Amino acid sequence: MRTLARSLGYGRMRIGLGLVTFVVLLTLVGPLVAPHTPDELVGLPAEPPSGRFLLGTDYLGHDVLSRVLWGGRSVVWMAFAAATLGVAVGAAVGLLAAYSRSVTDDLLMRGMDVILAFPQIVFVLLFVSLLGPKLGLIVVLVAVTWVPQVARVVRGITSDIVHREYVESAELIGLPRRRILTREILPNVTTPLMVEYGLRLTWSIALIAAISFLGFGIQPPNADWGLMINENRTILTIQAWAVVVPATCIALFAIGTNLVAEGIARAIAGVDRRGSTR
Amino acid sequence: MTALEVSGLRVELAPGGQEIVNGISFTIDRGEVVGLVGESGSGKTTVALALLGHAKRGTRIAAGSVRVAGQEILGRDRAQLRAARGKIVSYVPQDPAAALNPALSIETQLVEVIAAHRRDASGRDVRSRIGEALEEVELPVDGKFLRRYPHELSGGQQQRVCLAMAFLLRPQAIVLDEPTTGLDVTTQAHVLETVRDLCANHDVGAIYVSHDLAAVASLAGRVLVMYAGRLIETGATHRLFVKPGHPYTRKLIAAIPDISGRRTLDAIPGHVPAPGRRPAGCVFAPRCPMVLPSCREAEPAMVEVEPGNQVSCFRALEGGRSPVRLVPGVEQDAGAMSNAVLVVSDLEVFHGPTQVLHSVSLELKPQECLALVGESGSGKTTLARTVMGLHVPRSGEIRFKNTVVHGNVRKRPTDVRRSLQYIFQSPYDSLNPRHTIGEILGVPIEHFFGLRGRSAADRVTTALERVSLPSGIAAAFPDELSGGERQRVAIARALACEPEVLICDEITSALDVSVQAAIVRLLEELRQREQLAILFVTHNLALVRTIADRVIVLNRGRVVETGTSDAVIGQPTHPYTRELIADTPTLEGLTEENADLTRPAAGGLEK
Repeated sequence: MRTLARSLGYGRMRIGLGLVTFVVLLTLVGPLVAPHTPDELVGLPAEPPSGRFLLGTDYLGHDVLSRVLWGGRSVVWMAFAAATLGVAVGAAVGLLAAYSRSVTDDLLMRGMDVILAFPQIVFVLLFVSLLGPKLGLIVVLVAVTWVPQVARVVRGITSDIVHREYVESAELIGLPRRRILTREILPNVTTPLMVEYGLRLTWSIALIAAISFLGFGIQPPNADWGLMINENRTILTIQAWAVVVPATCIALFAIGTNLVAEGIARAIAGVDRRGSTR
Repeated sequence: MTALEVSGLRVELAPGGQEIVNGISFTIDRGEVVGLVGESGSGKTTVALALLGHAKRGTRIAAGSVRVAGQEILGRDRAQLRAARGKIVSYVPQDPAAALNPALSIETQLVEVIAAHRRDASGRDVRSRIGEALEEVELPVDGKFLRRYPHELSGGQQQRVCLAMAFLLRPQAIVLDEPTTGLDVTTQAHVLETVRDLCANHDVGAIYVSHDLAAVASLAGRVLVMYAGRLIETGATHRLFVKPGHPYTRKLIAAIPDISGRRTLDAIPGHVPAPGRRPAGCVFAPRCPMVLPSCREAEPAMVEVEPGNQVSCFRALEGGRSPVRLVPGVEQDAGAMSNAVLVVSDLEVFHGPTQVLHSVSLELKPQECLALVGESGSGKTTLARTVMGLHVPRSGEIRFKNTVVHGNVRKRPTDVRRSLQYIFQSPYDSLNPRHTIGEILGVPIEHFFGLRGRSAADRVTTALERVSLPSGIAAAFPDELSGGERQRVAIARALACEPEVLICDEITSALDVSVQAAIVRLLEELRQREQLAILFVTHNLALVRTIADRVIVLNRGRVVETGTSDAVIGQPTHPYTRELIADTPTLEGLTEENADLTRPAAGGLEK
């Protein structure tokens, strides 16, 4: 908590938090204030911005502004869900592996290596094309690809901590293993875990937007930022707003989460604003 | 002739400008070894580094002058400083393993020193000079040794290489920064001897920075005492130890255990104030037993009490400077009659393929303090951990109250786990940094006694009271406490389990002597009051004499000698024990010259 408080002193942390809050609010409030529903054909295709359509219309004649306001929901909830699930499972695996110091460690970590052997996007697309484009499935698949990466990081930090004397002292009084993991070890990995969460969130956004772009996520006529970029590629030269605005939204969200992660990481390392060590 | 002259040295935090050390002035003659002593936070390392013109990151040398053989060191630019360092003033670091580059051979590192200062030196000159230097520090000169890398040398050899480097260019002054802290007593004794000979033979003025007063007493002719960034007393070693002028020096000496006899150690209450929080007036006033109202108003100047003996205290000139009273401790033959509470027999322990303990046996009686002594690598910590069940023995058995207990702590009954408690060496690592003191103490209370909430909080308060800590500390996190306070918390955690046996693994080695004294007194008190049996693992024989009833000496995993502490230290029979005792620095010689004064007053040092 003290690290979090300190990280708020960094400009980048504040900017990052600001961006994330902005995008999340946009997706929450957006549908309430949107002038049209996202699948309503309100004008001619590829109309430039005007008083009627602030950001113009897309390749079919939907209002771009309305689609942008509606289209963030899926990527935001999916990214948060995938990152949360992936980090939670990954942390559990990493903690267990490091603490067991036995064959369990090898079994878990070699299992992780197997997942790691698949290129992420191929892994996700393979299962989505087998089982159909269900949003829940995409979330789980993205989370699964994060598990080995988070597990490795957590195992690294934890294997240092399990040899600390305060852990041994808990062993000595015979505290149950589950309590040692949650009480003595977990609080010491939470801060690095937050950094990991921020990073995974950033990458989840990119990955999920990419999947939508490829057409495996939300299906038309629903609005989605990644999907919008794909749909409006063809009219890029005549109505660029339909591509640029959703792309910017994705970028702001990803940059925001990344800045937050970096702010926390810097606070852990004790780097002051001028970049030198404490 | 003067080798080193320091005047008005001031080092401060940058930015901030709070003083770290201030008004440091002293001189060192050629061929003289001067000790600079002080506890952690006194600023002794800051002074040592400033003698080489160096200030740590975040600090700067603000004023003063440091002259080595007449040449000013401060105020030079980088290149000029580099030219001076190693050539006219050199440095021997605390940790040679960290100071030597692990990727370069000894030869390369020695040649570097010469090459940096004398570009024109021929290969033959360099080699012959290196040969000479190695011979001086009693290291082999052959090429095989020179081609070795630091990790292939022992700690003592590494420190000798550092010494050779420091003396290589025949500097006028040399700064030794706790060079023997990490070494065993035997190695320490040899290194100290080498330093003394080298300085005398080559007319080098040396300053020996240390917190180990006994080691300083055996090496230095004169001692400078620092406290909270000030020099508070200087004087001939003998004078200083027998009739210290400053109340702090007096307290400090009374806090050191000595191998020559069982003593009641005197602790100094409070702790050294940090830079920026130092009081106005005399810096020692808040902790001083002789404090006057005027002490809090003005800072006392250095007063010459006797020729060569200066003290910075308003009361220095008051008559009746009595010698330090070394109060002898009281012997107890506790539990001599009763049955042993803990019996270890024929323990064989392995670390992988290497055997660490060979058929080790010991007995601990109720209310007894048994010391387990040995140098590093003797297996003493392994033994303690095996008894606790953190390391499973290959064979042999551990009996607690006549019941054989399992070698793995997880397979022991709750009652045994509660009755045997372990205190770790480092108070910095044994408390979880993420929990408050109250939470840390609450764990065993909840686990063993099932208490929660209000009644648990009451037990936490009691536990803190038992180690003389205020109950308000329960809300603090470990990093808000000093080392001594943390070790008290660790002891409180062990006591909260209501144990019968306490195993203390080098629990004072990371602490200052004044804090060590307080912890030792606390243990002694607890042993009386709570009838604890204590297994005290240590490498410090002087401490053993003070605290333990019986001693077990461990060498290379074998018990070489055992008996009452007076018998083992007074009349050691095994050659290894004898060597250990002979190499332990002592203040005895110093106090003995004053025997007629000290002994009767103190009721005799030895029984």
